[in-house]
Parts: sequence; C-alpha cells; structure tokens
Amino acid sequence: MKNNINTIAKLKLLISRLIVYTVLIFLSFLCLFFFYLMFINSSRSNAQLQAGFTMIPGGNALKNFINAWNDSSISIPVGMKNSFIVACLSAILTSYFSALTAYGTYVYNFRFKKLIHLFILAIMMIPSQVSAVGFIQLAFKYHLTNKLWMLIIPSIAAPSVYFYMRQYLEATLPLEMVEAARIDGSNEFKIFNQIVLPIMKPAIAVQMIFSFVGSWNNYFMPALLLNDAQKKTVPVMIATLRSADYSKFDMGKVYMLMVMAILPVMVIYMILSKSIIKGVTSGSVKG
Amino acid sequence: MGKTKKAEKKKSISYAKWGYIFIIPFFVVYVIFTLYPQMLTIYNSFFEYYRDGLNVIGPNFVGLGNYAKLFSPNTAGYIPIIRFTLNTGILWIIGAVPQFVVAMLLALFFTSTRLNIKGQQFFKTVIYMPNLIMASAFAMLFFALFSQVGPINQLLISTGAIDKAINFLAIKISVRSLIALMNFLMWFGNTTILLMAGIQGIDESLFESARLDGSSSTQVFFHITMPLLMPIFIYVFITSMIGGIQMFDVPQVLTNGKGTPDNTSMTLIMYLNQFLGISKNYGMAGAVSVLLFIITAILSTFVFRTIAGNKK
Repeated sequence: MKNNINTIAKLKLLISRLIVYTVLIFLSFLCLFFFYLMFINSSRSNAQLQAGFTMIPGGNALKNFINAWNDSSISIPVGMKNSFIVACLSAILTSYFSALTAYGTYVYNFRFKKLIHLFILAIMMIPSQVSAVGFIQLAFKYHLTNKLWMLIIPSIAAPSVYFYMRQYLEATLPLEMVEAARIDGSNEFKIFNQIVLPIMKPAIAVQMIFSFVGSWNNYFMPALLLNDAQKKTVPVMIATLRSADYSKFDMGKVYMLMVMAILPVMVIYMILSKSIIKGVTSGSVKG
Repeated sequence: MGKTKKAEKKKSISYAKWGYIFIIPFFVVYVIFTLYPQMLTIYNSFFEYYRDGLNVIGPNFVGLGNYAKLFSPNTAGYIPIIRFTLNTGILWIIGAVPQFVVAMLLALFFTSTRLNIKGQQFFKTVIYMPNLIMASAFAMLFFALFSQVGPINQLLISTGAIDKAINFLAIKISVRSLIALMNFLMWFGNTTILLMAGIQGIDESLFESARLDGSSSTQVFFHITMPLLMPIFIYVFITSMIGGIQMFDVPQVLTNGKGTPDNTSMTLIMYLNQFLGISKNYGMAGAVSVLLFIITAILSTFVFRTIAGNKK
C-alpha cells in the first residue's frame, strides 16, 4: 500500500516535471525563434528570400554584410560610431556621477540631505517623455539639434542609478573607512576617487552595462533630435528602413542591418549574462 | 555612546560643504536638462504655439484651450486622446496579463524544491535576452517577418494553412496581437526574475511548516507565497504599468508611426511624437505631456510607498 502511494507520488512528480520542462523549452524556443530567423535571413540573398521560407542558412552572409556596410542611403558604420560614442560616454558619466551623488547624500551630514534624497526618489518615476517637449523646443531655439552631447550630458542626472548606488553604498561602505582615510590626510575627492570608487566597482560595472544597453537602444529622443545623416544613431537608422519603400529593398541587406544593430548588445550579453541577470534584481526593492 | 555621537556630529559639520559639492553636478544637469524643460512643457500647454508651413503661430495664451481641444471629438467623430489612452491600455493589458501569469508560473517552477529544475541559468539567460534587444530593431524584424512577402506568410502558404498572403498590418487584431507578443517576449523574463527574487526572499521555514501541516501546494501559494509576495508583486505590476503608458518604439516602428489600421494601435506617446514632428505643436504636445505626467504621478505614489516602506 505504502509502496503504491510512493509510486503514485513519483509518477506525479515525473509528470509535473515533464510539463514544466515542456513549457520552459517552448518559451525558450519562442524567445529564440524570431532572432534565429533574422540570422538565417541575413545570410540569404534577396532571390533566395523571395523564393520561400527555410530554416537553413544561405551562404550569402558576407555579401550582405558588405552591401549593408557600404549602403549609401543608410550609413550604418557612421550610425554605429555615433551610437558607440553616446552609449559609452553616457555609461561612464551616469555611473560616475550617480555614485558621486549617492556618496554625497550618504556620507555627509548637511541640512537638506534627507529632503534631497527623498526628492530624487520622487522624481525617479517621471517619464523622460514629459520633459521632451521643452527639451526639443530649447534644442531648436538654441540650434542644438544634431549635437550628440545633448544625448550624453543629461545622463549625469539619473535618479534610478542614484537609487541603486545609494543602496549599494548603504550595504557595503563602512563609514569608519572614510574616517580613517581622513586621518591619513586624504582630501575628500581623493577619498572618493581612490578608496570609495574601487569598492563600488561591481555596482558601477552593472550600471554601466545597463546604461550602455539603454542608450544603445534609445529611440524616442534621438529620433526627435537627430536629422543629419552623419549624426544619426543606429535605432534612428533602423526606423528609417521602415519608412522607406521596403519592397524595393534587398531584404538580405535589411536583415543584415538588423543583425548589426542588435549584435553589439548580444555579444555583451553572451559574455556577461550572469552578472546582468544578477543586476536585474539588485536594483529594485528588496523584500 | 553619547559622547562619540556628539564628536561625530561636530566632525561631520565641518565636512557639510563637501556634501553640497558632490551633489552639485547632478542638480545642475537635472535643472537644465530635465526640470526646466518640464516647466517649459507645462507652460507651453497653456499657449497656442505651432508651426504652419514656414510660419510660426503664437505663442498666444489660450488658458485651458489646448486641454479643451484635446478632449473634443475630431472629424472622424471620436476623441483622439481618449481613444489613444484606451489603445495604450488595451495594448498593455493583452501583453501584461500573459506576461504576469507566465512569469508567476515560471518563478514558482524555478523556486520549487520539489521540482528541482535543472538548467535554470540557461533558461533564465534565454528568456531575459529579448529584454536587451533594441525595441525598434525588434519591431522592424517583426515587420519584415510578418509582411505580405515575409517568411511567416511564406511558411503559412507552403504548409497550405492559407492560400493567399495575409496583410497582418491591416487587421486590428493581428497588429495588436503582434505588439502584445513583442511586449510579452521582451518583458516576461524580466518579470520572472524579479518575482523569483521576491519568492526567494520569503522565510523558508514558513514553507517547511506549511508542508509539515500537510498543506497542498495550492494552499501554500494562496495563503503564504502570494500574501507575502504582494508588496513586490504590486511594485513590479505598477512599474510595468508605468512602462506600458510609455509604450512607443514597438508600435511606432511596426506601424511606421501611423497606428494602423485606422489609429487603433496609436499610443499616447506616438500621439505626442506626432505633435513634435513637422508641426512642432508645442502647445498640444505640452497638454498631452501634462496628462501623461498626471497619470504616472498617480501610479508612482504607489511605487514610492513601496520603496519608502522598505527603508531600514
């Protein structure tokens, strides 16, 4: 009798595991399928693409790559260069200055310290689009459209990165350490740059990755700000593909352009997926 | 104890100016690039101010005129802002419902000691991946795949499921479904990871004792897991909602900014974006932004409470 119950329990577990794995594999398939098609199609010639559907690579990848790279209407090398400039500098500025601000409100006692901290938390949820109207108006008024630094400098004030850094500091920085450094005669900037920043390396790394990805993918603001072909970033170029008459396009090239837009982030993800996934949770509220 | 505290206070006073110095860059940039533009946005919303060809009309003060205009029916007989708010809501809901159901299930699977799922890192890596993909490229990809001459139509025709290519972008349900599918794919992995962390934060001994009491897994879920997960669930849910209100890249690129068919996939931000295009209608765009701000402000108070309530 007992044996029977045991077998039933085991069978039940086996069945539920079977169902769970099936669901997981199905969802993984769904996540990969469209990107798989993109990679396959980027290796096929336009004629092959017109001929029909297949899951097997074409062999035209290099030719598509050369065509995409040298395309006259969309200069993807320029776009990638611009995107790299914006994304790298934003990542550096946002993590450095958020850490600095978090350190400022955490270590020092001054009158409005608490109020300032609460203020930054309060503005965290305001969508960036709310300032877009004024931002664009000012950009046109002062002839600051097509300036990449207009996309870079605002990243110095990033409330959510500040929040993350502040939480990290609370958890890892002993105030005695700062005291000790002061006794050694270091000035405040030196203490931050040479002692605190190294401690914050993991947090800075995570925020730099997320910030890089965020600004690499950013479409709304750059699309409004950049109309000079030499200044456009990758997402703006990809979107112009959509507005053009696609039926005249070499679709192999179009798929290749999408691959090129996505690939840098994909490569970063493949190398750093573990720490990125860890970073997803550490920034939000803890239970 | 009292003495050291006093000493600390004395010391920290002399360093106070450094606190201000360190936060200055943040606030200078915030005021110039965010706060001032925000004020200007609100200010604009009370003015008639747009471009008509080469002429700039305004700025003329119109009071609440832009808001009145925003809420009056257009020539097609509907109120655009209401329809676009509803569209945004519908598009968010049909993506978010499966997103939260699936994410909840996966979070329970992954944390279940009974099931003891192998290869978790792999599955998590795969399901989170779409979150990092450029949304505009993802939408362009879907457009290419689902276009009339695209591979999906080719596949359906070759298998005999249909005999004529379907124009997915001309059908309300299919456009909305595609947008929802993309949003689902981009966000369910992220939600899974967040909910999982929430479940892992629950005291293990509570599950143990429930199991010893002979509670079924459904009972454990409804009486222990869900109530204790609630604050995090609400936080994730509302942040998703705030994200949903800002939905732009996917429908914009998929429908080429037109919200086809017949504006049924036009979202609030797409509408805002239209005003910022050639017409540079700062007045109407300002009014839309203020509305957007009010909606998010209401939702944010919930999130703010969760964060503030979690402070040690």
